[in-house]
Amino acid sequence: MAGVFPVPALQMAGIHKRFGDVLANVDVNFTVQQASLHGLIGENGAGKSTLMSVLYGFYPADRGRIEVFGKRVQIRNADEAIACGIGMVHQHFMLVETLSALENVMVGAEPHWHLPSASAPVRVRLDALMQSTGLYVALDATVADLAVGERQRLEILKALFRGARILILDEPTAVLAPQEAQQLFAVLRQLRAQGTTVILITHKLKEVLALCDQVTVMRAGRVVDDMPIARASVEGLAQAMVGRKVQLDRPPAVVTPQREATPVLLAQGLHLRDASGVQRLAGVGLQLRAGEIVGIAGVSGNGQSELLDVLSGLAAPESGSMQVLGRQFASAAWLDPFTARTIGLAHVPEDRQARALVMDFEAWESAVLGYEHLPQYCRAGWMRAGAMHQATAEMMERFDVRPRKAALGSRKFSGGNQQKLVLARELGQAPRVLLVGQPTRGVDIGAIEFIYSQLRAMRDAGCAVLLVSSELDEILALSDRVLVMVQGRISGALDIADCSEERLGLLMAGASA
Amino acid sequence: MSQPTDLPRWADIGLLPLVCLAVALLVAGIVVALVGQSPWQVLAALVQGAFGTPRGLSYTLYYATSFIFTGLAVAVAFHGGLFNIGGEGQATLGGLGAALVALWLSPVLPGWVMLPLMLLCGALFGMLWAAIPGYLQAYRGSHVVITTIMFNFLASTLLVYLLVNQLRAPGNVAIESAAFAPSAHLMSARELLAGLGVDWPGSPLNASLLLALLACVAVYFFLWHSRSGYRLRAVGSSPAAAAYAGIRPRRHILLAMAISGALASMVGMNEVAGVSGKLVLEFVSGAGFTGIAVALMGRNHPVGVVLASVLFGALFQGGAEVAFDVPGFSRDMVVMLQGFVVLFSGAMSYVMARPLAALLRALQWQGAKHG
Repeated sequence: MAGVFPVPALQMAGIHKRFGDVLANVDVNFTVQQASLHGLIGENGAGKSTLMSVLYGFYPADRGRIEVFGKRVQIRNADEAIACGIGMVHQHFMLVETLSALENVMVGAEPHWHLPSASAPVRVRLDALMQSTGLYVALDATVADLAVGERQRLEILKALFRGARILILDEPTAVLAPQEAQQLFAVLRQLRAQGTTVILITHKLKEVLALCDQVTVMRAGRVVDDMPIARASVEGLAQAMVGRKVQLDRPPAVVTPQREATPVLLAQGLHLRDASGVQRLAGVGLQLRAGEIVGIAGVSGNGQSELLDVLSGLAAPESGSMQVLGRQFASAAWLDPFTARTIGLAHVPEDRQARALVMDFEAWESAVLGYEHLPQYCRAGWMRAGAMHQATAEMMERFDVRPRKAALGSRKFSGGNQQKLVLARELGQAPRVLLVGQPTRGVDIGAIEFIYSQLRAMRDAGCAVLLVSSELDEILALSDRVLVMVQGRISGALDIADCSEERLGLLMAGASA
Repeated sequence: MSQPTDLPRWADIGLLPLVCLAVALLVAGIVVALVGQSPWQVLAALVQGAFGTPRGLSYTLYYATSFIFTGLAVAVAFHGGLFNIGGEGQATLGGLGAALVALWLSPVLPGWVMLPLMLLCGALFGMLWAAIPGYLQAYRGSHVVITTIMFNFLASTLLVYLLVNQLRAPGNVAIESAAFAPSAHLMSARELLAGLGVDWPGSPLNASLLLALLACVAVYFFLWHSRSGYRLRAVGSSPAAAAYAGIRPRRHILLAMAISGALASMVGMNEVAGVSGKLVLEFVSGAGFTGIAVALMGRNHPVGVVLASVLFGALFQGGAEVAFDVPGFSRDMVVMLQGFVVLFSGAMSYVMARPLAALLRALQWQGAKHG
């Protein structure tokens, strides 16, 4: 690709940016060739978000030069970035849920004050754009009704509609099922063929290798590597990102799981409908034994989240029963989260920002959430701030939460460090059953390694672990047994020895076991 | 109501309210100048009227007392994720509760039993009046903003009905209850200070100011040091996280409203037990609504609530003096002045946050460049 065009699409040179005493970008040089797919990788806090924010005009660089298509530019806000032909698709979509897809594209760029007159030409242009790129979206559907993949296509469409020639995608596949991710990749390749330049910010090294032409690795605010994809490998990139060798694959089994032991958790015939009457769980039954990790694989949205809610006591099923840690629950008198913790059932929820932490709380307050009644944190109804601070400091030390500031707002920690804090809290009380949802979503690779080792350690200590993940790699790396969920049912159960990515993929797609 | 700002904490709490106040005074000053008055003269008269004499200061603190109660009420509800607009009605019911028990028992009970009983009874009434909208919000999904506003009207109508038809002393033309026996009177500041040998002029300022300060301390310890306060704040900032933690959100919505109502009810002690010695119409006179501005400006923290209450007390008292002292400066102009402070410090307090954050960043940047 490179060399066909005389000037690069983007050249950032000598970018410096500091926040207080943190150097977020140190003399960063970043060049992206026209009509290429360029991966930008690095751990959380490596400076890639800062770099892209400088490019998109969220804040100015302290020093440095930006050239877009060979022309030096000053970008002070998103409007100026768009005017330069830079479009950004954020990880968390910026869409108005109550408006239609078409209206979302028009918002802020309406060609006419009279909306019907404005929408007609927009629709014509969008139709043409959809034809040429393959980014199909139901234009008249309300965004709230669109699936995640469709919303993402809409975001890309929106950027292209506004004339983006350089497209920045921030962790685009974090929310997508494998098939959707493949569709997205096809679209991105198509865009590249049409001359659009794409910058892909991601954690997933396999995606970079499969998709990109060039990859830039950042660590601690600096560019540590920049190479054509032909020279890159997963191991090499991981090592460049983290600065040391990383072990993610299965280590040889140390303890053989106690297959014959009676299950510590036995759920039968769980049925659940959501508020709009859709059947989410249709007769799910499963067993969990001490000393094993059971992985629940499946394309997201097939009932895994609801299963976690039911098993952790956040939602009561319509029918079904559960036996857990010597207690019996029927749907009429279901487990509640307080009781769950009391009997030794811990839950690391999928959405840590909405559920696992109170984002407005300081870390030491979030670090006892759900356990605030324990005598070490609370005496006679009064919280023991000193003890809470101390416990938080210990959790942070044990789980390497950075920065080690118990008084920092929960919101201010990166995703990986938030997750480590949650794990520290939930594992800290030595639970006998652990439910874990998407433990490494949005978490960087160094932290993933650490989280994996902690989960394995729990298993080896005799805890029964249920792992829900939409990452097949994660399921394969951690589980001893794998259950596949399709449309609210367990559609297959495999021993890890019988698992392969292909076989699980087929089961997830609905083939019978 | 509260967005995260880019401001450092000290600026958010300390500087921003001052900047807002300055802008409010500036705009008010421009309007004053436009109608041909001297802004300086008005400001001087206002400050002198509010703080210049023991009597003026007493009035300022007397107003501030009611605002502390209602400001705390709004703040506690806010920490529970609720916007309690019903301070006015809850204070009305609080006064009613205190007055009923005083009318009934003040002839027979001594003050040291009577006054706590009035406080308790008023608090129960206020609690109940706030807990009904709280219940409707928690278990029936009726928005608490709407229901508390409606309950303000109900409270005011109820008070009129009771005073006109039930409580008015026979033969009395004024719409008010019979006077309580002396045991239902809260000590005035003059009496309190006379006990300490200080000669203080007579004013409506009374011992409820001490109750208000006590309430501030109690609210602080409740919110930030008790388990219930911890859970209430968790429910207020993230209902989903609270549910995950096994905290029952509905119960805490009810609790937040009940405490809020009890705090607002104490306006009744200030007005009914401290000043009038009988139940009269309109004794809350807007303190419930001023409490919203007080809580906003005080950033829902007891210390901020006290400071903002004193400011609003000063505006009420100083404003009255200005209307009296400065010829041609009408009462309406004073209301306008208060309006600007409410507007800039309360409703628009975050409008100034972004320019201020930009300014601080620019200063820091300059500092970094030279440093």
